[in-house]
Amino acid sequence: MLERSLPEPIHFMSKALLYDSTMCIGCKQCEQACATQNNLPYNDAVAAEDRQSEHKYTVVLTKNEKFMRRLCMHCESPACASVCPVGAFHKTKEGPVVYDVWKCIGCRYCMAACAFSQPKYEWESLNPRVRKCIMCPDRVTAGKQTACAEICPTGATKFGDRDDLIREARERIAQNPSTYLNRIYGLHEVGGTCVLILAGVKVEDFGYPTSAKIGDTPMPEYTGRVMERVPDFIPVWSLVLGGIYWISHRREEVAAAEAQEKEKKNGGAR
Amino acid sequence: MKVQLTFWRVVFAVIMILGLYSTYVRYLHGLGAVSNMTDQFPWGFWIGFDCLCGVMLAAGGFCMVGAVYLFNVESLHSVVRPAVLTAFLGYLLFIVGLLFDLGRPWFIWHQLIYMNPHSVMFEVGMCVMTYTTVQFFEFLPNVFERLNWKTPIKWIHKVYPILIVGGILLSTLHQSSLGSLYLIMPSKLHPFWYTPALPFFFFGSAVAVGLAMTIFESTQSAKALGRHLELSVLVRLGGALLVALWVNALLRFEDFVHRGILGQIVKPSYEAYFLWLELALSFVIPIALLSFKKVRLSPNGLYLASVISLFGFITNRLNVSLIGFETYVGHHYMPKWTEFSVTLMIIATGFFLFAVAVKYLPIFPTEETEAQPSRVREPVLSGAPILEHAGD
Repeated sequence: MLERSLPEPIHFMSKALLYDSTMCIGCKQCEQACATQNNLPYNDAVAAEDRQSEHKYTVVLTKNEKFMRRLCMHCESPACASVCPVGAFHKTKEGPVVYDVWKCIGCRYCMAACAFSQPKYEWESLNPRVRKCIMCPDRVTAGKQTACAEICPTGATKFGDRDDLIREARERIAQNPSTYLNRIYGLHEVGGTCVLILAGVKVEDFGYPTSAKIGDTPMPEYTGRVMERVPDFIPVWSLVLGGIYWISHRREEVAAAEAQEKEKKNGGAR
Repeated sequence: MKVQLTFWRVVFAVIMILGLYSTYVRYLHGLGAVSNMTDQFPWGFWIGFDCLCGVMLAAGGFCMVGAVYLFNVESLHSVVRPAVLTAFLGYLLFIVGLLFDLGRPWFIWHQLIYMNPHSVMFEVGMCVMTYTTVQFFEFLPNVFERLNWKTPIKWIHKVYPILIVGGILLSTLHQSSLGSLYLIMPSKLHPFWYTPALPFFFFGSAVAVGLAMTIFESTQSAKALGRHLELSVLVRLGGALLVALWVNALLRFEDFVHRGILGQIVKPSYEAYFLWLELALSFVIPIALLSFKKVRLSPNGLYLASVISLFGFITNRLNVSLIGFETYVGHHYMPKWTEFSVTLMIIATGFFLFAVAVKYLPIFPTEETEAQPSRVREPVLSGAPILEHAGD
């Protein structure tokens, strides 16, 4: 039942999104397209909300006239998928990390575990679901780009093969080193993500966790190191406990037998 | 039957009424209405207290079963049954607590069909299920004895070695895996509490808590039931508790040194205050108290040291699950009164069931038959005075 090692992260061939914040004009059309794609309400009030929620999977933040998008990073080795007791999250081979609502029991471990705090919850619902960007899996498997990439008027959000996008991001940095910080956020963070971010400012100023803090280690490894010992631990610990039981009760048996023998001897002597 | 109106019965009634109101809010208005949990704080007081502390406080069961049946420490025999009962009730109520906390509790059985063996939560779930079953069988002899059914008792005695070894194995896995849950949050949990050694600390502290809890619960039930208290038993437990506290304290210290955060710990900060409180209550004060022979030989001293250390380890679990996330999240989390009230209702139910079980089942050893008259004096809710510690 328990497999020994974690599944190999899918590194190649997967689709990804490249968000270039220097090209973003903050029009929020991606927000609107995302809402339409996912049948969520979108109006001026929702547009004004400056944080993600169960009805807003992506948000364009503004700070000092700079823009920054936030959305699920679609990790190569997603923490949400590894921690879910019923496997309600899984990484598709195309790249999106998707959610099977009918499996979910509502433990919210995915929310607690996500380094980017992306999963949001329907707190007011009586049958609540976890909500997050799922990278338009139907469109992606059909060979189309995501709704946000399709609508983006400036190409700030670009959809494509992850490897191609990484190459392109490097070229952009090389061509305009003064515009960009020399860094592709998501290239190595938590083992790599399918959302890559280019920016002229620090993404951390917009709520992204610092690279140093989340590290390059795929999140599932932190618990995997312990979990993979469990199948060995069970028989070994059972043997140890059983051994202790046997020894401590054996002593009792021996003591009882000895007492009996003594009594016999005493009886014989009398 | 005349029901007398006593102070503790009124308190019990108030707790139950408020709890039932909160239950109504939980299931008819949702988690958002009943709690202060948010997307930033997806795990609140119910996980921190009901689950983490609840399971920890139920550790007395496997500790005493281990001492008496595994290591054959005959002298502790009189405390096994109450300890097993407490643990069994603790787990049942922990599952009830889970039904409040899960967003879709009606799908809890999904764990059995959509298994994800990589998930620590899956391990926790499986351990809870199997260990509660094991505890049910450990508890059953009480019922059979009461009904005077000889054959099923024989059957259970035959499988006892399996129940004992299985129960301790599951407890080891379960207690430690509650700590493993947090291993995947290195960037969120404050470094005071995030350590790769979390599963070891959760297990180690559970052993200490198991001993402290047995002292606490034996003393309390002796008081409530007017029973004679075996001092020799308490003294043995107290000695073991002192050793367990020392081991835990040294390992914690070693971990702080190893991770090089001793300097941070002594500097005053929001987290440092809570860490100091935790370390003082769980280690410094009880170890200091128990170091005096006078304390180790007095029922009141042992009781006091145990209760203080229990508060300390409760603080530890709340630090790991709540306080340790506040800096990351950027704001405080304070449970809503309805969250507290559900927890109080669950605890009160536990005390009630304990009192009922003690009244009708042979939980306490046979020497008690002499004390029978004193038990009759106090009706069903005789366990209620224990409620004064309901906030533990």
